[in-house]
Amino acid sequence: MLDAIIQGVLLGGYYAILAAGLSLMLGVTRFLNLAHGDLAVLAAYLIIYLVATWHMPILWAIVLTLPVMGLLGWALQAFLFARTMKGGFLLPLLTTFGLGAVIQNGIYGVFSSDVKSLGNFIGNLAWASWKLPGHISVGKLPVYIFVASVVVLVSLQLLLSFTKLGRAMRATTVDEEAAELSGIDARRIQRATVAIAMVLAGLAGAALAMRSLINPYTGPTQLIFAFEAVVIGGIGSLWGTLAGGIVLGIAQSLGAKISPQLFQLFGHVVFLAVLWWRMKGAGSLGIVNLLRSLKGGRA
Amino acid sequence: MLEVKNIQAQHGLLQAVRGVSFSVRKGEVLGVIGANGAGKTTLFRAITGVHTDMTGSVTLNGQDISAVRPGKRVAAGLAMVPEGRRLFPDMSVRENLQVAGEHGRRGDWTMETVLDALPALKPIMRSLAGNLSGGQRQAVAIGRALMTNPDVVIMDEVSLGLSPIAIEGLYESLAQLKASGKTGIVVVEQDLRRALTFSDRVICLLEGAITLEGASGELTHDDITSAYFGLSAKGEERSAAHA
Repeated sequence: MLDAIIQGVLLGGYYAILAAGLSLMLGVTRFLNLAHGDLAVLAAYLIIYLVATWHMPILWAIVLTLPVMGLLGWALQAFLFARTMKGGFLLPLLTTFGLGAVIQNGIYGVFSSDVKSLGNFIGNLAWASWKLPGHISVGKLPVYIFVASVVVLVSLQLLLSFTKLGRAMRATTVDEEAAELSGIDARRIQRATVAIAMVLAGLAGAALAMRSLINPYTGPTQLIFAFEAVVIGGIGSLWGTLAGGIVLGIAQSLGAKISPQLFQLFGHVVFLAVLWWRMKGAGSLGIVNLLRSLKGGRA
Repeated sequence: MLEVKNIQAQHGLLQAVRGVSFSVRKGEVLGVIGANGAGKTTLFRAITGVHTDMTGSVTLNGQDISAVRPGKRVAAGLAMVPEGRRLFPDMSVRENLQVAGEHGRRGDWTMETVLDALPALKPIMRSLAGNLSGGQRQAVAIGRALMTNPDVVIMDEVSLGLSPIAIEGLYESLAQLKASGKTGIVVVEQDLRRALTFSDRVICLLEGAITLEGASGELTHDDITSAYFGLSAKGEERSAAHA
């Protein structure tokens, strides 16, 4: 049981990186990007391509891919997402659904449907572990990914709290019109936000490809996990994505402990339970804010 | 100087503003009065670029800003204190001011000079804007507009929902701003007495059109009442003329 919980917490780190980009974009642009998982997988394929074909060191491949993802995000917001946002609620969903399909089939066309992984290129990190008392084995890679997720979230928190861009992003999140009346170019801020979200998707893609096998159609499942983490943690809450990711990860690990086929089902059940809880009004605050309110802090 | 010409604005099929023109010089206060639904808020949302279903021209210091986004109009020197304050509630007062200062123009208005002009903000700088009283929120909204170093600032429904004491404090600060002569002020005010005493000139809107314009000291009570309610000198409704 303890082993499953530890594995779940570490898995939550990966979900947090993936969900942070989705949550950031949803908060600032009010735009649910259904291609988020596919974009993460696209980044993973780019990294694999650079490493496998150009024999580039994996760290360099990641460092090179992340700015490309950022530029892609900037361009997508400028030329596609911003236009569809004017078309009401449904158009952005249909557009990003279509974008996801294009990415999946594009990857299939270029790389075929063979499964791929970065696991072959990271040496013994793919299976190296620390042994803890009680016959518990903790993989080094999941620990590193979890640490990376905390570093990413701390960095995002610092960006949002202490930088000009971060303050503008927060202002635009709350009230785009008032932000514009304060001199903020909301369109530029939204482009920057999507660029950051895509960098996070790229980082999540790298983590995904290191810890598991991927194929061109892996993206939609990752989107579901990211969305579940965002909803469980509370939409717009940065640390909520980590809390939501951890809750989701623990649920999946406990499900897998019972039967490997229950891995995904347990996560979905927890997600639905949180939604049901919110419909009753009890959990509209999200996990992080709920804990704060229970401690007497401001929700 | 802000000069608006022949502004027409629509809400779908409803014509909310009909051919409004006026100008405001630096250091001048223009009072705007009119009943609820007269088109005041739509007019100023159109001038600041927030309401885009409009025609007409808006020039500031000779620069045509009719087609640019609200953020660019702020950069050109036009600021607005919107109805309802529209602060960023999860940000502190300091951050609300800071964010406008970072994205507005450089000029005489800095954090220090804004706090000198609005001393009520000093003790609440670290408070979250969402936790403030109505008067404090209005002061923050005005401070936020000043931080962009505007040549003209539009204040929509400036005293709406405030207590009499808060309104007194607010107008004391606005009087200092007026005395500085740095900024043209357009103040939308429901309190006619207040609008007349504080403004140099007044315009009255009715059903989206200007029904009265003149120097505050020259307008009579009857002029204003007639323009405000759409009555002719004989007490007949003038609004039929706009139908």
